[in-house]
Amino acid sequence: MIDEMQEPRNLVSIEDLGRDGILEVLRESETFVEVASRRMPKVPALRGKTVATVFFEKSTRTRLSFEMAAKRLSADTLTVDISASSMSKGESLRDTLETIDALGVDAIVMRHHSSGAAVQAARWVKACVINAGDGQHEHPTQALLDAFTLREAIRSARGTDVEDLDGCRVAIVGDIRHSRVARSNVLALSALGARVTLVGPSELLPVSVEGWPIEAATEELDAVLASTDACYVLRIQHERMADAGLSDLREYRRSFGLTVERARGLAPGAWIMHPGPLNRGVEIDSQVADGPNSLIRAQVRNGVPVRMAVLFRLLGRSRDIEEVIGDGRG
Amino acid sequence: MAVAEPRAIVIKGATLVEDGTERRADVHTVGGSIVEVSRELEVPSGAQILDASDCYLMPAFVDLHTHLREPGGERAETVTTGSRAAALGGYRCVVAMPNTVPAIDSVAMVEFLRSLCGDALCDVEISAAITVGRLGESLVPFRELAASGVRIFTDDGRGVQDDALMAEALAIARELGVVVAQHCEDESHARGGHMHEGRWSSLLGIPGQPSSTEEVMVARDLRLVRELDASMHFLHLSTEGAIELVRRAKAEGLRITAEATPHHLSLTHAEVATYDARFKVNPPLRTERDVLAVRDGIGDHTIDAIATDHAPHSPETKDEPFDCAPPGMIGLETAFSVAYGELVARDNLRVAGDLASRPLTIADLVRLFVTHPARIARVSGPSTQLIGAGNAADLVVFDPSERWTVHLEDTASRSQNTPYANLNLTGRVRHTLYRGEPVVIDATAQR
Repeated sequence: MIDEMQEPRNLVSIEDLGRDGILEVLRESETFVEVASRRMPKVPALRGKTVATVFFEKSTRTRLSFEMAAKRLSADTLTVDISASSMSKGESLRDTLETIDALGVDAIVMRHHSSGAAVQAARWVKACVINAGDGQHEHPTQALLDAFTLREAIRSARGTDVEDLDGCRVAIVGDIRHSRVARSNVLALSALGARVTLVGPSELLPVSVEGWPIEAATEELDAVLASTDACYVLRIQHERMADAGLSDLREYRRSFGLTVERARGLAPGAWIMHPGPLNRGVEIDSQVADGPNSLIRAQVRNGVPVRMAVLFRLLGRSRDIEEVIGDGRG
Repeated sequence: MAVAEPRAIVIKGATLVEDGTERRADVHTVGGSIVEVSRELEVPSGAQILDASDCYLMPAFVDLHTHLREPGGERAETVTTGSRAAALGGYRCVVAMPNTVPAIDSVAMVEFLRSLCGDALCDVEISAAITVGRLGESLVPFRELAASGVRIFTDDGRGVQDDALMAEALAIARELGVVVAQHCEDESHARGGHMHEGRWSSLLGIPGQPSSTEEVMVARDLRLVRELDASMHFLHLSTEGAIELVRRAKAEGLRITAEATPHHLSLTHAEVATYDARFKVNPPLRTERDVLAVRDGIGDHTIDAIATDHAPHSPETKDEPFDCAPPGMIGLETAFSVAYGELVARDNLRVAGDLASRPLTIADLVRLFVTHPARIARVSGPSTQLIGAGNAADLVVFDPSERWTVHLEDTASRSQNTPYANLNLTGRVRHTLYRGEPVVIDATAQR
């Protein structure tokens, strides 16, 4: 029987999921972590489905992670190279997407440099749209894998399977204003009960935080570090520095970088997170990024199972998860 | 050969609204003129009757701010389609903005555009740029252009950034007795922002432009006007601060006028939440406070006129990511209904913070849509004054009780970028007479 219920069609914003949806994705992600540990880490869950990754902006890890997730679910993948496509001949974004849609793909995983491009894409195409980053708006799968990674760390530290991030104090540090990672993380982490504080130079904090589910937005990094459970360091984009009127990277590192010295002020056992790619020696020192409390590698590792869960949620809804993933012995 | 009888029309049953008064009257027009106005007119044989029962009859409107897009932007609008939209909106005259491609910055361009306006469904008052090519670098030949009949100069779409150049323009305009109209946008403050900088730009991740973008240029221009004893017109004011600056400058006695748009008195930046580029406009939709300040400014005469900033853009250019789409909204067909619904009837209010203040009357709208804009654009003919025998038959019949839905497919404009799509508006222009010709009957354009 085909499920006639209203199915989730897209993942454009964390708000498309809500708390229950996020928890569901995290739950299914655990299943796919188990799949990844198998000798044959591939399941027929999305056999016959086609996933197109359509990236209008450079990306290595996100794209690889999505394609690996799709392949492990046995979906076919299409990699659309935009520089080689007809966009360079003047075709509009809408026409490009509708053309890909008309081929009959089931999902379009899309990255674009314009805020809201994924929201518009979802109005234009029949395929499921998964936002892999749209301008400075959102990057929901990054936030989901971050939430998953943080919950995993809490579970392992406390030795108990907490359901959410209730009470966990998270500091997001850096260029919040221009960060889609920050926007999605604020929504996802707070929906799970975390208490999020934004830290950065005022010119890189949002102009307004009205409507943001956060504790505070502040320049006082050291005060926040002393009372945080997780410090999420954002990448500093060089091209933004001039925009924001910041004189140089050295000045940023001295005031807001998570240096070895500053990291000593962290609350004991506080975790370090970063969405990558790292500017070592700028927003974070190597010793901190590679230190014992760093979750950065776990974030990358969890990208695949979390994206498998997202793809399965959107494309495999009428299929029973237990049935399609089997027991690994088959 | 027999000479054709001039067209005779009787508008029956209307409430006649002029600048400040209302009375019940029928109006008889022959050819391009009003021949009789009286409480109960006998219909002469052969006269066409236009029913106006329960409707307001007003002098037809004047829009200070219309983009007709010709030449260069014919995909979005032409003089014919734009003037048809104007007629449907009740306008008898629109001021055409000079930001065409190429710009209207020479007598040759003015004459070329004038040659396109012969069949328009309303008067087209041609304005010229302040600077050559609207590049903000050197002034257009003001004297030649004024001699050719241009009365309004504006770089609309951009503000004149250079202080000294703006001072020169104001000084020359003062000598010539022409109007300089400024699009107040300081580009160093705007920093390429695509919407109002504030709550929604932060949530949506769209680079914003702060209110200071408008306010620093208004402040600079007021200083220049004061120093030079010049006069000027401020286009589409949108911020609380800018309106307050203009309010104080008027109290001080400076010779300035200002306009506001229907969208800035009815919509806020929250509309952008869907990333629909129909809501991208410059100056951008702003906060509730700003909307209320625009209405206050209209109420206390800080703002003299409501002008549409009718800015057509073809569908494909608006069907782009928000930051790639051009700014602008169409407005001619909806302007009076929006103003009536928001300011007089006060239903459908999306921003309802000022209900304690006095609603406007229909006579106030005549001041805002006819009397003041005609005076600002120097197009004061007899029809802008009173509806009386001997005056031009430029008339509009407005049905205040008709509630209608704006349908994209029904726009007379060649473009569909209206922010009011699928919304219900209160009151609708039923008939428009332009020089005695019924160009609109029952909300339908006749040519």
